[in-house]
Amino acid sequence: MSKRQSLSEPVVPVSHSAYKVVGTRRPKVDAYAKVTGRAIYADDIMLPRMVYGRLLRSPHAHARILFIDASRALALPGVMAVITGVDLPRKYGILPSSQDEYALAIDKVRYAGDPVAAVAALDPDILEEALKLIHVEYEILPAVMSIDEALAHPENKINDEARIGNIHKAVSYEFGEVEAGFAAADYVREDWFYYEGNNHAPIEEHACVASWEPNPADPVGGKLTLWSSTQTPHYVHREVSKVLNLPPSHVRVIAPNVGGGFGGKSDPFSHEMCACELSRRIGRPVKITCTREEVFLNHRGRHPVKMWIKTGVKRDGTLTAMHFRSFLDGGAYGSYGIASTYYTGALQTVTYTLPAYKFEGMRLFTNKPPCGPKRGHGTTQPRFAVEAHLDKISCDLGIDPVELRRRNLIEPYTHAVNGLRITSCALSECLDAVVERSGWHEFHAAFPSGKSALSGNVTGKTEDVASRRGMGIAASSYICGAGKPIYWNDLPHSAVQIRLDRGGGVTVYCGATDIGQGSTSVLAYIVAEELGIQPEHIHLETADTTLTPVDLGSYSSRVTFMAGNAAIAAARKLKEQLFEVASEHLRAPVEQLQAAEGLIYNENDPGGTLPFAQAIELAEARFGALVSSGSYAPPEDIHGDYKGAGVGPSPAYSYSTCVAQVLVDIETGEVVVEKLWMAHDGGQSINPLLVAGQVEGGAYMGYGEAVMEQQVFRKGRHKIPSLLDYKLPTTLDTPEIETILIEIPDLEGPFGAKEAGQGPLNPVIPAIANAVYDAIGVRIDEVPITPDKILKALKAEATTTRASARLQVLPVEAPSPWPTRLIKWQPASMDGVRIAPIQGNGDGRIPGAPSSAIAKGEVR
Amino acid sequence: MRELITLRVNGESREIAVLPHHTLLEVLREDLGLIGTKHGCELGECGACTVLINGLPVLSCLVLPVEVQESEITTIEGVEINGKLHPLQETFAELGAAQCGYCTPGILLSGVALLRDHPQPTRAQMQEALAGNLCRCTGYTKIYEAVEAAAQRMVQHGGAK
Amino acid sequence: MLRLPPFRYLAPRDVEQAVHMLAQEGDEAMLVAGGTDLYPNMKRRQFTPPVLIGLRAIQSMKIIGGSPEQGMRISAGVTLSTLANHPLIQRYYPALATAADSVSTPQLRNMGTIGGNLLLDTRCNYYNQTEFWRHSIGYCMKKDGDVCLVAPGSPRCWAISSADTAPVLVSLGAQVRLVSERDERVLPVRELFRDDGMNPYTIDRDELLTDILLPPANGWRSAYLKLRRRGSFDFPILGVAVALRFNDDKTIAEARLILGAVASHPVEANEAAAQLLHQPLTRELIDAVAVSAAKRAKPLDNADLTINYRKQVTPVFVRRALEQLM
Repeated sequence: MSKRQSLSEPVVPVSHSAYKVVGTRRPKVDAYAKVTGRAIYADDIMLPRMVYGRLLRSPHAHARILFIDASRALALPGVMAVITGVDLPRKYGILPSSQDEYALAIDKVRYAGDPVAAVAALDPDILEEALKLIHVEYEILPAVMSIDEALAHPENKINDEARIGNIHKAVSYEFGEVEAGFAAADYVREDWFYYEGNNHAPIEEHACVASWEPNPADPVGGKLTLWSSTQTPHYVHREVSKVLNLPPSHVRVIAPNVGGGFGGKSDPFSHEMCACELSRRIGRPVKITCTREEVFLNHRGRHPVKMWIKTGVKRDGTLTAMHFRSFLDGGAYGSYGIASTYYTGALQTVTYTLPAYKFEGMRLFTNKPPCGPKRGHGTTQPRFAVEAHLDKISCDLGIDPVELRRRNLIEPYTHAVNGLRITSCALSECLDAVVERSGWHEFHAAFPSGKSALSGNVTGKTEDVASRRGMGIAASSYICGAGKPIYWNDLPHSAVQIRLDRGGGVTVYCGATDIGQGSTSVLAYIVAEELGIQPEHIHLETADTTLTPVDLGSYSSRVTFMAGNAAIAAARKLKEQLFEVASEHLRAPVEQLQAAEGLIYNENDPGGTLPFAQAIELAEARFGALVSSGSYAPPEDIHGDYKGAGVGPSPAYSYSTCVAQVLVDIETGEVVVEKLWMAHDGGQSINPLLVAGQVEGGAYMGYGEAVMEQQVFRKGRHKIPSLLDYKLPTTLDTPEIETILIEIPDLEGPFGAKEAGQGPLNPVIPAIANAVYDAIGVRIDEVPITPDKILKALKAEATTTRASARLQVLPVEAPSPWPTRLIKWQPASMDGVRIAPIQGNGDGRIPGAPSSAIAKGEVR
Repeated sequence: MRELITLRVNGESREIAVLPHHTLLEVLREDLGLIGTKHGCELGECGACTVLINGLPVLSCLVLPVEVQESEITTIEGVEINGKLHPLQETFAELGAAQCGYCTPGILLSGVALLRDHPQPTRAQMQEALAGNLCRCTGYTKIYEAVEAAAQRMVQHGGAK
Repeated sequence: MLRLPPFRYLAPRDVEQAVHMLAQEGDEAMLVAGGTDLYPNMKRRQFTPPVLIGLRAIQSMKIIGGSPEQGMRISAGVTLSTLANHPLIQRYYPALATAADSVSTPQLRNMGTIGGNLLLDTRCNYYNQTEFWRHSIGYCMKKDGDVCLVAPGSPRCWAISSADTAPVLVSLGAQVRLVSERDERVLPVRELFRDDGMNPYTIDRDELLTDILLPPANGWRSAYLKLRRRGSFDFPILGVAVALRFNDDKTIAEARLILGAVASHPVEANEAAAQLLHQPLTRELIDAVAVSAAKRAKPLDNADLTINYRKQVTPVFVRRALEQLM
């Protein structure tokens, strides 16, 4: 238990003592701007002569556009321009394989809220009236509003991207020998689950300002600048260029401070295209700020997914095979949906060792706002299903849920059955940490699992006779950046440039986009650590497609890992130059030089120092202007060689566990989540304060999804597009969160760092679901777990003995045969082979050779 | 028709011509350039636009400037004085209580009012006082820690402001 | 950004001026106090009044007077936070303090007034939507449409009375003072309501609600229990207000039991309340009363959570509210 000793110490472990900046708790570089109201967000930008724009959206879920007449709107005093679909007739979409959106619908509208026209006016007060004056004639088409309707009505085809009916994408894989795996099992169980969709609901509504600057001397006619609350300026740049038919060289996209994203600002959006086109037409800056309702209609949120799982286990709980099917309700357009579909299957193999695994996934088009990536992209729904399913299996077998998981944990430095390369993995330590901190064993010894709703009052208070307390656990894993870029090419995923000024100034340029997670700060910490200066010393220019080298964006938890490695590479080049001149100046060999606290010094002669600014002058005199660049692309050999293997691989995986303690009122069905214990293996923290913040934020968001948040529809419309009716947890709802960081450095991560932004959300939902079962003895197989579902399930449990009659999630009538060719892939060449980790782009300072000793190293 | 009114914002008198139906939120941001006050719904459902009117947290999206002409209005820009930060601003920065920072100005103003009424607030008092401010990033944990640290700092330094 | 439609804004300095303006401006003018209900509704274009008469500057409308022995007077312009924190209200009319304190959020309670809450527009999730949304679905009869979208076969509007303080004030036997340029009258709060989601109040267009008059508190005990999803922000999807006066022998002398947010008006469960009379408050009695009171709740599918659920938990909430007075 020596590993766990330090777990009773402070929650955030102390850092590697050799580091001056990395691993220390410190304010973000933009913290003071944010606490004083100085930080500028997109809607804060007010430019001279700026006018306001707004979108007219379809009132119908599915309709053909017969004609549009904007003449009355144009005649309204103050209206400056109106555009419709024909004005921007080029398709776009975030994925090259789903180019299915127009800035404004041309032929038909596919969801209530699909933009059809855009207006620019002098005064925001007249926009509403102007929109009312645009006459659109529709021919209403039947709307398809669910997975089952989409399958049942292929004739109501929504989107031509679907090859068969409304099936946008179907995939089918078998890794290893699944039938043999089931044959070898002592016990096989099947379950259906449903995960309702939900919205990111960042507090900042999407907003942008576009400014076209005409230049008659330029054959292109001018240049365009777009400030937008986006997580992905690079892809917005790409798509705006395409839709406006401008060379990328003439488009500049800047993400100012972004007021939360969580995946919801990762697509190029209609309002961005329209602001740009309106600005080009009138030669003045145009601002479009979405309303909260429009944020719900932009959506790109969590896909509703129905899931079926079949798992075989040995009597001792060892997994022998899994067959998993997912049916995703994609909404009206592709967005990231193809990737989402793969993600519902790809990472099942990364948390637990699966000797054989079959995955069939299918995304359906429906007449709803498009779904896309939300924190945990595509993996959150299956994580709920798998972890609840395993909990059921552990109950069936009479094995403690912790023990069942422990027997199947993926091993570090192995390949998963679907070919994914696993490197550092502290899942076992994460499991130990939450079990110990939560008092899991003591709790379950005191209150044997609530197999029955009559298990008695555990609170000891008479007024709480209706309360039942329970504890549940779950584990998960997540990628640290997608192993492949959205557009497959050989270019870097992330690049950083650094410029040193002779006055001592350091400016770091990187396309990475800070959406609150602290990516800009991470760049500063890393460069400061390398150059031996304070992070506050550094100027940062980020998320500007003209000024900064490309970083693909803040999605897939990729920025710390990828931009961090690029920053190290760039900083080291400059450090070499500085050390070269310092070596001469200090008359010491380069190997003995250190940089810290603004000085370069000889580690064997502390008296001999060269101030940083002076070193820059010497170096500039020697080498000319001091500018460096570094870039990062993930290794190539981290996945299998089958078609579709590009979704799932990552240079590293983070691991998380959660224990949830809940109190359920069996008379009202109300669930109070009393506490969440979170352990996260995010590698070495660059700033533990920010890592803990990400874990807490993920826990909060997972809690919301587990018990209250849901994007639901009625009569073809979003039922509750407001922050009053769509429930975000308040201070009075949110559980206490205890965070334990397991900081075992990853060998390829920058200074050993991995991701923290998304992974910690995933185990929260199943941990709460399992805790609810532990409390009341009844499973809720559908998320969110709302009070009405609990009462209904309790009633069903009490009145019927047939399990089939209690089935909460109706099975999907899947097409047979599955509408895509099965790809079978055998991992034979990798089976059981441990990987020799590459010590490439990461920090070279991690002592010792790669070995299991490091992977299983001390929990600090 | 615009109306000439005087608003007292952050201790300064500002004479401006406003349209009566423009909310305080709009006038602060668009007429006075005080963009530190944010908005997330404009319907009183998120708390991002919280300002203090005579020391009480209210929502600027549901107040008309003409209604508060004789009141003292405090926005985030008025929480610091001559560049010196309020202890709550310091601890929010130091302890990671602001992630994306968008709800932060509103939360700080609710927090400033809380610390005035309860110099040593309990967690329950914090939860009550901040129940009208949604934060989507932090899970509120670091916010509570920052309020606690600021309370301690203010007691040690004999209170701020 | 959602913005308000244009209007003229009048700011009377006293009640006399206010009712004069109200009479002058005619049916189109609307009164606004805290604005927390009206402004969001106006931003959604549920109302587009050309004239607003703001009551904020009327100092005489911000007073809490009287005594628990004689009865108390709460001016309509008293904010919900002032009311919730008033020591006499907390002690002698606890259900009212609880209800006021449970409205929305601290910011809204600092703005919203007791008069405004009592006269809250009825709510419905087909109605409290933006202009875009209501246009999209074809509008409902409460604003711009012809049918009730919750119950299309029904000739009436089923929007829900959603004020936390309304059922409590009915249960306390409170009265309101209504002032117009032509008249002044005092009305029991229970007569303020009409079972019609479209026109839920009996108050005349030229009348101003100036005061709420609470009867003497002696011997009365009260409680309010609210069902909602979150600890703040949310309107009630069920409110249970109970007020009981006990005899010296602990039997119940008078009882009122009112359900909020189950219809277009606060629903008086009089039969259930009558069952309580002349008996001590026992668990058995409470159980029986809870079941019969809950029969008065007829929720429809126009608020949060399901109809079945809201029905199912009504007796539980009635029981728990009564248990608070044991």
